Amino acid sequence: MTAPVVPGAGAAPPALRRTPLRRFAGVDRLAVAGAVLLALIVLAALLAPWIAPYPEDGGSATHPLEALLPPSAEHWFGTDQVGRDVLSRVLYGARTSLLIAVAVLVISGGVGVALGVVAGYAGGWVRDVIMRVTDVFLAFPALLLSLALAVVLQPSVTTVIVAIAVTWWPWYARLTASVAASVATRGFVDSARCLGVPAPLIVFRHVLPNSLTPVLVQLSLDGGGVILTAAALSYLGLGAHEPTSEWGLMVQQGQSLFTTNWWVVTFPGLAILVTAFAFNVLGEGLRARLAR
Amino acid sequence: MTGRETGSAVLGAHRVTLAYGATAVVHEVSLTVDAGGVGLIGESGSGKTTLARALLGLLRPRSGTIRYGSRDLAALDRTGRAEFRRAVQPVFQDGSEALDPRMTAAASIGEALTTHHRIGRDRRRARVAELLDDVGLDPALADRRPHQMSGGQRQRVAIARALAVEPRLLVLDEPTSALDVTVQARILDLLERLAAERSLGHLLITHNLGVVDRLCRTSHVLFAGRVVESGPTRDLLVRPAHPYTLALRDAVPRLGGEPPRASGRTEAAPAETGCPFRLRCPLAADRCREEAPEDREVAGRRVACHRAEDVLERAGHAQRQ
Repeated sequence: MTAPVVPGAGAAPPALRRTPLRRFAGVDRLAVAGAVLLALIVLAALLAPWIAPYPEDGGSATHPLEALLPPSAEHWFGTDQVGRDVLSRVLYGARTSLLIAVAVLVISGGVGVALGVVAGYAGGWVRDVIMRVTDVFLAFPALLLSLALAVVLQPSVTTVIVAIAVTWWPWYARLTASVAASVATRGFVDSARCLGVPAPLIVFRHVLPNSLTPVLVQLSLDGGGVILTAAALSYLGLGAHEPTSEWGLMVQQGQSLFTTNWWVVTFPGLAILVTAFAFNVLGEGLRARLAR
Repeated sequence: MTGRETGSAVLGAHRVTLAYGATAVVHEVSLTVDAGGVGLIGESGSGKTTLARALLGLLRPRSGTIRYGSRDLAALDRTGRAEFRRAVQPVFQDGSEALDPRMTAAASIGEALTTHHRIGRDRRRARVAELLDDVGLDPALADRRPHQMSGGQRQRVAIARALAVEPRLLVLDEPTSALDVTVQARILDLLERLAAERSLGHLLITHNLGVVDRLCRTSHVLFAGRVVESGPTRDLLVRPAHPYTLALRDAVPRLGGEPPRASGRTEAAPAETGCPFRLRCPLAADRCREEAPEDREVAGRRVACHRAEDVLERAGHAQRQ
């Protein structure tokens, strides 16, 4: 603290110093594009009550006299069967879809990573037991299992989250287990064991942080998949229901009108597409960056 | 039983057999590590790293015992085990492997400091700086991560981490083979100084005979998972009594000398019957095919070879030329 500051003394040579700016510039453009697009969608979802032109249309409002108006200056995306502004509903729908995506990724990622890292580090019969359980879950086609669950439970957003999370965690468990198993053989883990660091701490401090990157990439790649699956469940009437704004539900309600009132189904469909795309681009970009 | 065990030994292996699955890679090896340094020499695949892992308690022997002091490692209770962990520390081949890539040097060394004792933040920082200084590093490196350091610096941090728990014994598994030759020499200087200053025992595992010569009073030569010769390092290197030790010695290149020539069929697998080395041995006789040589006392060391006297003779010739 008292020593005079000599420029460059003790610090890494300039080329090695990683400023936030350098780090940002080094990130693949694709990942940046995906992150920016996703940030915009999140922002739109958060600000929906303020930026939606007709906030009350996000819910149960009805305006029978304004039903099925084509896109215009007042209603950029047109109106639906009961006269609600489609743009407002798409913005509110972003809240539902992102909530589902985040909740599913957090739950299935959390459960999968926790089980996977234990299986990967412990090996032996612990690994065998955990992996056989995940195999059982993986043996069912994911959408079918989600469907069955959604039918048993009451249709709701929570149901969608549970139904998807139940079928997704085994993938993260399997991925994490294989990464953690290879991390567990590395010198720094042996070195921690030789110090007498207790096993739970070794897992938490060394194995987990060093196993996480590929899982994070997979999670961001899967964000789009979750949104598509949630939309599919809602579309089949097993997820969100009226008057909640949800993209899959909106597509389902608008599909019979496609030939006559194309805007009712097209805009929520585009929203699904763009969001899934943003997640994928982000994930791809991260993957490319980490592969280097 | 073997006549090699002394009461003062910190760590020892007693007729230890180690296996991965059904394949045994180390057969009935006995050795002890005490002050003065012990070398374990062998080519890759000879089982030396596996033996080191067993001595560190990372691998359970299939049979035989690893002894810490006079106690069996496998039978130690919690406190005994914690004591063992503090007393015996490893230094692995590659500092970049032995350090968590996400941790700074200070965090890695700090982990060692806090594992067995409570220690305040300020005290910890001071100890980290002290330890970095002890291994010849600028304490300013404390905040660097492994990828921001050179190979030699990483290995020094790994050594500082091992020293943090004030061990009595280091297990050095090829501590310099991942480093440049000039850096190797300086790490060896450091290890030599530390061993002398702190009366640290060490087991040095290597394929490099020059390294053993500097740091170890006694050495064991391992071939195909068996100790084929053990004794004072000087004697082993000057006049080997086992043809494998002789071959290892003569394979060391010398500046300005003839390039070394491998003797025997170095690619041959260890023999299943008789002497395991016989397929590679230039002196192999009928007897070597029929019976495996027993460990015996020859010229001040233990050697497992029927023709040890002839090997000594040859080594003596080479010496006089």
